[in-house]
Amino acid sequence: MITYSFLQHYWWFIISLLGGLLVFLLFVQGGQSMIGSLAKNEDEKRLVINALGRKWEYTFTTLVTFGGAFFASFPLFYSTSFGGAYWVWMLLLFCFVLQAVSYEFQTKPGNIYGKNTYRTFLFINGVLGTFLLGAAVATFFTGSEFSVNKGNIAGLGVAGPVISQWENPLHGLEALFNLRNWMLGFAVLFLARTLASLFFVARLDHDALVERARKYTLFNGVPFVVFFLIFLIWTLFAEGFAVDVNTKVVSMESMKYLNNLLQMPVVLIFFLLGVVAVLYGIIATVFKSGFKKGIWFAGIGTVITVTMLLLVAGYNGTAYYPSTADLQSSLTIQNSSSSEFTLKAMSIVSLIVPFVLAYIFYAWRALEKKRLSLEDLNTDSHSY
Amino acid sequence: MELLNSSLIDWSRAQFAMTAGYHWLFVPLTLGLGVIMSIMETIYVRTGDEAWKKTAKFWQTIFGINFAIGVATGIILEFQFGTNWSNYSWFVGDIFGAPLAIEGIVAFFLEATFISIMFFGWNRVSKKAHLTATWLTITGATLSAYWILVANAWMQYPVGMEFNPDTVRNEMVDFWALISSPVAINKFFHTVLSGWGLGASFAVGIGAWYLLKKRDVDFALKSIKVGAIFGLVSFVFLAVTGDGSGYHVAQKQPMKLAAMEGLYEGQHGAGLVALGMLNPAKKSYNDDVNPYIFKIELPKLLSLMGYRDANAFVPGVKDIVDGGFPVKSGETPLSFEAKKEKGKKAVKALANFQTVKKEGRDTSEYEQALKENYAYFGYGYLDKPEDIVPNVPLTFYSFHLMVMIGLYFILMFAIVWYYHGKKKMETTRWLQYVALWSIPLAYLAGQFGWIVAEVGRQPWTIQDVLPVNAAVSGLATGNVVITFMLFVLLFTALLIAEITIMVKQIKKGPEL
Repeated sequence: MITYSFLQHYWWFIISLLGGLLVFLLFVQGGQSMIGSLAKNEDEKRLVINALGRKWEYTFTTLVTFGGAFFASFPLFYSTSFGGAYWVWMLLLFCFVLQAVSYEFQTKPGNIYGKNTYRTFLFINGVLGTFLLGAAVATFFTGSEFSVNKGNIAGLGVAGPVISQWENPLHGLEALFNLRNWMLGFAVLFLARTLASLFFVARLDHDALVERARKYTLFNGVPFVVFFLIFLIWTLFAEGFAVDVNTKVVSMESMKYLNNLLQMPVVLIFFLLGVVAVLYGIIATVFKSGFKKGIWFAGIGTVITVTMLLLVAGYNGTAYYPSTADLQSSLTIQNSSSSEFTLKAMSIVSLIVPFVLAYIFYAWRALEKKRLSLEDLNTDSHSY
Repeated sequence: MELLNSSLIDWSRAQFAMTAGYHWLFVPLTLGLGVIMSIMETIYVRTGDEAWKKTAKFWQTIFGINFAIGVATGIILEFQFGTNWSNYSWFVGDIFGAPLAIEGIVAFFLEATFISIMFFGWNRVSKKAHLTATWLTITGATLSAYWILVANAWMQYPVGMEFNPDTVRNEMVDFWALISSPVAINKFFHTVLSGWGLGASFAVGIGAWYLLKKRDVDFALKSIKVGAIFGLVSFVFLAVTGDGSGYHVAQKQPMKLAAMEGLYEGQHGAGLVALGMLNPAKKSYNDDVNPYIFKIELPKLLSLMGYRDANAFVPGVKDIVDGGFPVKSGETPLSFEAKKEKGKKAVKALANFQTVKKEGRDTSEYEQALKENYAYFGYGYLDKPEDIVPNVPLTFYSFHLMVMIGLYFILMFAIVWYYHGKKKMETTRWLQYVALWSIPLAYLAGQFGWIVAEVGRQPWTIQDVLPVNAAVSGLATGNVVITFMLFVLLFTALLIAEITIMVKQIKKGPEL
């Protein structure tokens, strides 16, 4: 039975899944943040950059699709958050613009700024791109300062016709005054670096780099686990933003997110499975010397964990984009979604997604029958 | 906080225009070269001739350099709807978001996936699989153009929606109407063909450069051969779809047409200005200054293009402001003041609806008033007649220069094709110079085309429904000024790098 409510839940799931895939694919950014440290000479740097360079477009495209899908399914979020937390999103975009040209341009003759400039761009994107995304997503749990008044457009407000007003002149940068946002920012940064280490272990045909990447899995995996646990425990035991299903009134509920997990056992089970898969991927890679499949466990685990975490933010009578300035302005999957018609039309389009995944899978298989070696860079006719 | 003053609106528009302008430096080359390199690779696969493979690979390298920076500028555009046009994003997001999402799902992934096979798959997949990947890459790029142009066409000619006063937004009621809108289809072909034309001019121009340098002659002639016929066909169909655009603009956006032609006083059997110069002394639509210093007209052509009737009445700026001019349907078009009054009624009805609904009282009276006046909702945010008049000189000159360049290219490609057929391309130096120095013209024509489309529709983000001053995000102007500057610097720096890399790559040559 396809009701409006079902469609809203379906689209929040799609958004969550895209979010999960995006965080997994941030391993490209994680890798970019360690080109200078993991690789010790120019050959190694080239190999690392080329391994990442064959994947960056997926992360980028997923980010763009995540934005587009969010716009189409929950447009009030698009207008409220992007138009309000202006600086966070603009900085994020800025560092993705830097990335987009850097692979293609860095070793091309005539690139005028020199390859180290582009590698610095990749580093900035690697560190800032992951951290800001993590911090921005943390505000789904910690809240932001905005108000939404649809009557404004008809002149009912005092502040002009703008429906979504940001109540802090820092336009998003104020999120950095909240320590919990930093925790998720760092967690995502170190997760991306951990996933990158696992990716290198799996992909590279280069003993020294693979051995170093194994160590990096540990060096980055430990801070990731610490930051993530601090964020998780803090969030589970903090007050959360509950919505009364009938009255639509938003109120603070203690341990809301913990309650959500307990009240949605399927989500809880998948969440735990995801966490275990990530940990197994890390631990097995660190301790079993011939083990190269860590990226699969940690990658799939990341997708599942993040998806579930976002479901916790939006399902079960929860405001997924809460406002601390005006509680009743908080965005829920009900009050911010597109119309039933649009969600239905979009749902039909979403049936194409399995085909998309199928050809992506084909392409990866076709290009990656064997691990990437320095020799490939010379024989593949196109390299970075 | 400084809110919604005109400088905020201007800077927000400037930021969007600047990003779109930069983006459109790279996209048309992607669209055009994409098809050209695919055709070349197809010839290679069919004939097995290694020289065609090298030719295709050279253009793929150029494609890759250009593609990266196209991607970089594109991402900003998508998010700017939210960051700088937040009201817009809610007010029409229910309709506008869908094509953007579909663009990501069906087009960008296709592009991103198969471009990697195209670049890295030469030794890893079969010849035919590689060729398929090359075609799918450009198919993805072209599909993405389709979806974003569906979105753009909808802003110019909103269809398939209904206003919902409960949610205070327009909601989609007919997806098919959106994606098959005649304006969208025509816009898609016109825009993509302009990319093809640019790609062709690029391939022919660079080919001519090699001939001038007397090097890589076989490669150059191959590029010119494919480019010339592709360019000729593209520009001929550009003229056909351009005529289609003219017709649609006349029907849906008469003010834009008036601005394109500098037509202040309407007339029956209006001529199309072939060559003209506007009078800078004309300051307002209703001063009595002659709008032209001089003009040469092609008689009756504007009426014919706009209404498919040589004697039809084409309204000028003044007619549209004053209303009451003759139209085919026999209705009497409203004046600006009447539209404004209806618009104010619609906005007021929405306000009353919201207030009364909160109090739990009957809303039907306001719903009715809203319905009756909604067609002019956007006029409720405007003050004076000048508000609906776009920048006439900018629209006028952009339009005419675009058309002239288009006609010029038909001629140029025909000559190049003829000389190539007679095997004289290699020896005709003047034509080599002409082809080379025509490349910038193709870029200019594309920019002019977008200026006509976007400046000509001001003040509307959604024609008649939402003007820019009601669409913008509530930011302090300084924020937008800083991001504008940041992106101008960054894009300019990247553009310079791109050009120097391309020049180096071209000088290096195809390594035949």
